Amino acid sequence: MTTVVEIVSALDVQVAAGKVNLQREVTGGYASDLLSCVMAGAKAGNVWVTLQAHLNVIAVAELLDLACVIITEGMHPNEETLAKAEEKGIPTLLTQESTFTIVGKLTQLGIRGSR
Amino acid sequence: MSPVTAALRPMWADLHIHTVLSACAEVEMIPPLIVRRARELGLGVIAITDHNTAENVQAVGEAAAGSGVSVLAGMEVQTREEIHVICLFDTAEQALAWQEVVYAHLPPLKNRAEVFGAQFVVDRLGDFVRENERLLLTSTALGIEQVVEGVRALGGLPIAAHADRPSYSILANLGFIPPGLALAAVELSGRISPEEALQRHPSLAGWPLLISGDAHRLSEMRAATLITWAEPSVRELERALHGQEGRRIKLLP
Repeated sequence: MTTVVEIVSALDVQVAAGKVNLQREVTGGYASDLLSCVMAGAKAGNVWVTLQAHLNVIAVAELLDLACVIITEGMHPNEETLAKAEEKGIPTLLTQESTFTIVGKLTQLGIRGSR
Repeated sequence: MSPVTAALRPMWADLHIHTVLSACAEVEMIPPLIVRRARELGLGVIAITDHNTAENVQAVGEAAAGSGVSVLAGMEVQTREEIHVICLFDTAEQALAWQEVVYAHLPPLKNRAEVFGAQFVVDRLGDFVRENERLLLTSTALGIEQVVEGVRALGGLPIAAHADRPSYSILANLGFIPPGLALAAVELSGRISPEEALQRHPSLAGWPLLISGDAHRLSEMRAATLITWAEPSVRELERALHGQEGRRIKLLP
């Protein structure tokens, strides 16, 4: 199974927080910018791809016990958000690339959508 | 010594109304017709809340002069999280000061009237003054916290719009209301009862609630929120939202 650190290695992403948990295995993937949908659809251990950079992203990732979050399109979380991600140990990866591109690359790594 | 209390009176309110300056609103949403419809509905106070602009607020205020309908100056701003926030002020000047902040955070794009609809600035009679050529139906670069703090700093009240709806709503886009956010209230659409909304969205618990029409046509204006207060003002509204000193709000969808 793919681990978060393999995603970091393979994709054009920066690790903005949560470096301590990069060894975690990724169970699948989910992409949405509506946090209400994520709360209903993403599963524990998933990688979540979104362009939302709000503090609630970290809260939802923690609530669902996600493996990591990838924030796309160059959106940059504020310091409070990154501090929370660091505190909760949630790997938070930033990229200039679009959600579409990132999901394509995750699929190439063998990560499948969660249902 | 008995405390001096202002005379309180109940007043029907619709605090979320668009004009022809909102691209998505019907052409009938001009000042004299909005005021006439408000009178028909028995509304004592309305708020004019166009998308990311306040350029028709003054005109509706002038149209309402002497009508018995009070007009709060407002705007429906779209945050960078794509959440709609109603911003209410006492005066058009305050709303226009807020508009300057909003305009500075809109992308430099032009509206395409043939796609989105036209954005008309009008006078108190509803006559054409000019078109607003900015693309207003889009997100500002302001995050929800920046909007809430910015509106508060200018003496206004920020209210999360149509929170029970699937689009442009704080609950849909952020999953729940961020703890500590200094919203004045949360607006419901009235499509479901407040009780049902609370059941579906537990994070609404404890928030003062309003029901507004979000009218884009005259038939969508509604009298569903009854505010008992001393006068229609932002300060009195905040007191009513917190049930202070006899002021109160009753929702009758």
